[in-house]
Parts: sequence; structure tokens; C-alpha cells
Amino acid sequence: MLSRVANSLYWMARYIERAENIARIVDVNLQLLLDLRDLDEKRVAEHWLPIVQATGDEEQFFQRHAQATAQAVTEFLVFQLENPNSIVTSICQARENARMVRDQITVELWEELNRLYWFVRTPQALAVWKESPSDFFQQIKASSMQIMGLTYATLIRNEGWWFTQAGKLIERGDKTSRILDLRFHTLPERGLPKSVSETDALAWSAILRSCSAWDAYKSLRGAEVNPRLVAEFLLLNADFPRSVRFCVNELNRALRHISGVSEGRFCNEAEKLAGRLVAELQFTTIEEVFDQGLHIYLDQLQGKFNRIGDALFQAYIFQKFSNIEDEIMVQQEEQQQQELRKISLF
Amino acid sequence: MLHDYKREMFFDEMLDERGAVRPHYEQFSRLFSCLSPEEFDSKRQALDLAFLRQGVTFNVYGDSAGTEKIFPFDLLPRIIPAKEWAFLERGLIQRITALNLFLHDIYHEQKILKDGVIPPFYVLSGRHFRREFVGFNVPRDIYIHICGTDLIRGADGQYMVLEDNGRCPSGVSYVLENRRAMKRSFPGMFEGVGVRPVEDYPRELLRMLEYIAPAGVSDPTVVLLTPGPYNSAYFEHTYLARQMGIEIVEGRDLVVRDARVFMRTTKGLKAVHVIYRRVDDDFLDPTVFRRDSMLGVPGLVNAYRSGNVSLSNSIGTGIADDKVMYYFVPRMIKYYLDQEPLIPNVPTYLASEEADLKYILENLERLVVKAANESGGYGMLMGPKATRAEIEAFREKIIEDPRNYIAQPMISLSRHPTHIEGGVFEGRHVDLRPYIIYGEKTVIVPGGLTRVALRKGSLVVNSSQGGGSKDTWVLYGDE
Repeated sequence: MLSRVANSLYWMARYIERAENIARIVDVNLQLLLDLRDLDEKRVAEHWLPIVQATGDEEQFFQRHAQATAQAVTEFLVFQLENPNSIVTSICQARENARMVRDQITVELWEELNRLYWFVRTPQALAVWKESPSDFFQQIKASSMQIMGLTYATLIRNEGWWFTQAGKLIERGDKTSRILDLRFHTLPERGLPKSVSETDALAWSAILRSCSAWDAYKSLRGAEVNPRLVAEFLLLNADFPRSVRFCVNELNRALRHISGVSEGRFCNEAEKLAGRLVAELQFTTIEEVFDQGLHIYLDQLQGKFNRIGDALFQAYIFQKFSNIEDEIMVQQEEQQQQELRKISLF
Repeated sequence: MLHDYKREMFFDEMLDERGAVRPHYEQFSRLFSCLSPEEFDSKRQALDLAFLRQGVTFNVYGDSAGTEKIFPFDLLPRIIPAKEWAFLERGLIQRITALNLFLHDIYHEQKILKDGVIPPFYVLSGRHFRREFVGFNVPRDIYIHICGTDLIRGADGQYMVLEDNGRCPSGVSYVLENRRAMKRSFPGMFEGVGVRPVEDYPRELLRMLEYIAPAGVSDPTVVLLTPGPYNSAYFEHTYLARQMGIEIVEGRDLVVRDARVFMRTTKGLKAVHVIYRRVDDDFLDPTVFRRDSMLGVPGLVNAYRSGNVSLSNSIGTGIADDKVMYYFVPRMIKYYLDQEPLIPNVPTYLASEEADLKYILENLERLVVKAANESGGYGMLMGPKATRAEIEAFREKIIEDPRNYIAQPMISLSRHPTHIEGGVFEGRHVDLRPYIIYGEKTVIVPGGLTRVALRKGSLVVNSSQGGGSKDTWVLYGDE
């Protein structure tokens, strides 16, 4: 498979996953606000600012907005094209990447992604959003789910498919870790909180719902919601499809499908790092995580995801001579050599 | 639906001089008139939406707001009876054969120049004449593998060739997509009318590309080289690559080592044998042509010259696209084939011939003036529709560089009933671009792309300038 094609498939899947995750985060938090009492400016900002930080664009945000109000944050995260990670930007990027590999994906997949693109690019999208934000998010989520379903149902399971999986899983694992980190300022730096207020419990259930984890969690843990249980579930649960551990396991599997190298061995840096992370998550308890400090742990985790992504790029996508000027030099030398060889024959 | 339709002074594809439906349109007309205006309108809207959803679009240069547009599609098909098509096919094959013989000749013995049939000056001064390739043997001795020849009909209904597109003609994907769309909208009609299919094109194209593979390669790897997603025809590139099941590559995906071309894959470098390139000569290889080309592949031309990779179309075919060379095509047919041209040229004046120049300058307001090496409807003066200032500006350009200009009388292109709005139909000017594949044998998709100038009175059918398209039906029979 062409390296460029692999790269595009990887980013197409990543951006779709990103759009969906941001839709869930904003949706859940808008609803959460309705349950909170005594809201003043400061508390509203406290609520929204971590969300901006979680998507990694705090600086960008304050360049355009003075304060983290619901209006400003949602607009920034949903529509602003200047925000490289807004929902609309992500969908545009996903579609741009899909466009570059249209011959590699199915018509069904392309048409749905293209439909989603035209939906968010029309004034109609803004109207839906103003009328009912939750309907708007529902549409984004449903479309993302449909795209995922179509990739499962229509894409041939070749190398390209595993690149889409790798992209999706890295993004999902990373986003779950960021969502889990949303309430870090209510936790002590190290160890578990002494008590959990009613408001905190609400916020931690919002975290679960932002990961579509509410029902799965309830069936396992019942109605009790506290940081320890939530973090354990979202980080270390082996069976929930959005937990970090699950994503890393699957990512590791996808990498091995790409290279054909079996578990327990590795042939490139990405496989080494992913394999190591699998082992780490398998043999870690949540107490150890809190002893170290949840925020610190998650921060390091995100660094590891980045390094796996970079290593994947180095292993399969990046190749030498990408600079055209260098390449021209190489060709000229080669052709001179050829000429010399010809001359010496005579 | 056509009761208020005005045929006016033009040759109408569907109605004869008395306003009666021509025999080859009769069956279609009967089926079509069963449709209510509302049904028609809803089908039309559904189609536009489908095109947008499928991304059957072209990119508009110099327009950042709405960079992607659908190529407007008119639901009324243009119909060609079997006998007429058989004639056109013969004429087109005659022309492409002569053009390929001409290209071989000017890149080898140059007999046609030595015999004085074409003044050498015109060929040697052509911007797209590649003297580096004189004496070079192209695979299978074919220069133009894919040709899109523009045909028009004048007031008397006679077909004429307007230009030959022998570089990278585009538009064939619309032929295929338009047909698909029509079949979805009017499934019943095709059975009733008897229309020849067009779906074979990608297979024939691939067959030809495999045919021209370098000698000794039994299972060649064929790729399509695109300038990238921002090119106006990018949709077509992905479409054709997908239909043929070949890789679509950009310049940066390819690398040349030891005069062989490879593509960069996740498993390392993989050899490439045939490149269907949709990139102009100038941008192919920055070590040979334009140094600033970011689209090209350094070393590609050397690999081509070494016979390790084949290109379609070959390098240097642009000279046959030169509008001055067009003037000489009837002579080429006579010279190489000893035949009279079946489909005539539009009468043409060469600005670098003294008598012609005088005529052109005296009649600018009545003529269409074209730059020799432009396409897409650019670099053109439509005398009868131009302002005084535009005419004077062109006058200066022609005097300054006569080699670069030709002039033709304004042809009132034939018209075809076309949907305007709310169930109203008016006549709009059309042309026809059949696509010719010249490989082991010559194959022409029945019909081709009918382009229609959607603006009232306009004669410019180019998609970049308000043109649309129609499905083109070649019938099995004559009625």
C-alpha cells in the first residue's frame, strides 16, 4: 500500500473519532450545567476551562475569547475553523483525507462522510445547532457511528483497514484519557479524595457519559459513582471498548496485523512502545495510579500515545528523499554516472 | 413538454426544420412526454443532490469560497442514430491514425516537412514540440493513446472537428456518471429506446495501458499520476483509478532509482511500469522541464527514455494540440493515408500567413480568435460579442505574435432542448467530445460527453465557464 494512502486512511479515521468525541464532551457538559446550582461567572469558567484544556487548545481559545463561557467554548469547539480540533475542522480534515484516497474506500463510506461534511458546512447546521444543540450532536454522533459501521461492513480487511483501526484507536484512547482528566482540579495531587460531594458525583457521571460508558459502568458497579471506580473503569477495564486498556490492546493488535509480526516480538518502535503499554496497563492497579497522581499519570499516558503515533509514522510513512531539491541532485548525479559509464565503454 | 419551445434559426438536434421530432428522438419523446413537470422537477433535484453527495464535483480555480461545484447536468439526453455514429467513428479513427503517424514522423524522419506539406517553421516553433525526443522510439509507436476530439455541428447540421485534445483530455468520468444517473432516474427508458452502453471504458483503458508496457514485463504495474486533490479533475482521477483497480499516485509517491520508477509503499519500494499521467509535460520532471514543478518526479524522463517505464499519453503530443497544427490535419490525412478527411475542420485562418493575417485584422469583429496553445475556453476572442477595447487589445497581440493565433468564423453551434426552470425548455448550444482509446485496436465509447452552454445565447460550453453536460445516447438502430 502507498505510504501516503496509509497516512490518509489513518488520519481520516482519527479525525472522525475526534469529531465524535468532542461532540460527546460538549453535549454531556451542556446538559450537566442544567443540574448545577449557584452558577456564577467563576463557576461557569471552572466548568468549561478544563474542557478547552483537554482538547489542547487553551492558547488558541484565549486569542479569540476573553472568558470561558458556555457560548464561547461550545462555539470554539464546534464550529470554529481556526480551531484545528473543532468538530467542523475535524470533519473537513477527515473528508479531505478521504478525498485523497477515494479509490481505496468504498462508495458507501465516502458518501456518508461527504454527507456529514456538507451537513456541517451549510447554514442548516447552524440552525439545527441553535434550535437544539443536542439534536445537532446526535446527528454528528449518529453519522460517526454510521461511518464506523460502514468501515466494518464494507472495507476489505487489508493493510489499509488496519491503518484506519490504528488511527481510530489511538485517538479514542487518547480522548478517553483526556475526558477522565477533566475534573483533576477537584482531586488531591496524589492519592484519593477524602470525600465525594453530590456535585462531584454528578461531574464524574458526566465523565462516564462523555465516554458513552454510563450503562456499561452501571451494570458493573451499580449506582455508586466515585473517582476511584470511574478511573479504574475507564483506564484499566479490559472489556469496555472505550477504556484506555481496551484501546491499547486493540491498537497493538492492529500494529501487528500491519507488520505481520507476532505478539511478544516487535520489528519497529511503534510495536515496542505499544506492547510495553499493553503490559503496563495489564499489571497496574488503580491505587498505584492514584498514588502517583491521576493527572500526572494521564499526562504521561498522553505522551506515550503521541510517541506511538510518531513511531508509526516513522516506520511506515516517512521515507527519505522527501525533499524535492535533494532528489533532483540525486538524479543528476545518477544520470552523470550513467553518461560516464557509457563513455568509458567506447 | 416542448409545446412552447422555439427552434429559431439554429440547427436543432431534436426537431427538424418544420418543428417535428426527428425520427431518432421519437421513442424517447413519447416516453418522456408521459412525465409531468412535477415528476421531472423532483427527479432533477434528486440528481443534483446525489451528485453533491457522491462528490461528483470539479474544483474551480481562483475561487476560495465555493471551491467545489457539481458539473450541472441536464436530464434531456442527446441522441445519435446508429448510422450517424458509424460515420463519426470512421472519421475519428481516420483522424487519430493520421495524428499518430504525424507525431511519429516529426519525431523521426520529418518527411512531411521535407516534402513541403507543412512549413517546418510551424512545427519547429511549436511551444509543445519536444526536440529532446526527436529520434526516440515510444512504446508500440503510439503517441496519443487517449484523445478527446471536440465535434460541433453548424447551421446545416454538418459535423466538424473543433479541436483535438491529445494531451490529457478530461471529462470521461462524467460520461460514465451521467449514464449511471440517467439509469437510476429513468430505468424504463433504456430498454424501450435501445441505447448502447458506455461502461466498458475503464476496462478498455486498462487494456490499452497494459498493452504499452515496456517490453519484457508480463504483469505490468499500472498507476495513474495525478497532480493531487486540488486539481480540477481530481474526482475523475480517483474515479478512473478505482474503476480500473490501479493505484492513484502523486509525484511524491514515486521515486526513480537506476532509471527505474518505484512507488513508496508501507512495505518499501515497488516497481511501476506504466503511468497514465494526468500531469502536463511541463510538470512531469523538474530535472528536465520546469524546475519549480512540485508535482513531478525527478528522473522520470530519464527512466522513460531508458525504456523502463511507459507514459500515456507520450511526451510531446502537445504539438498536435497546437491550434495552428489543427489547420494542417486535413493535409496530414491526405499525406499519410491518401484519403479525404471524413469530418472536415472548421474553416481556419493562420495569422502568420500574410493573406490570412490581412483578412483576420480586417474582420476581427466577425471572427473567433484563439491562442494556439490555450485550452478550456481561455485566451479567446469572440469577435461578434466582444467590446471595441477587447478587439483592439487582441489586434495588438496578433500583430505582435502571429504564430500564436488562428481565427475562425463564428459557428452557430447546433442547439438542443434543455431544461431551464420550472419545467420550461429552451434551446441551448451543444458540442460533443468523444473519447478515443488508441491501443492494440482503436476503441471509441459510443457517444461521449455532450457539453451544453447553459447561459442563454452563450457558445462557450466549458465547465469552467458556465457549461453543463448531457447524457449522450448512441442508438442500436436509426429510430
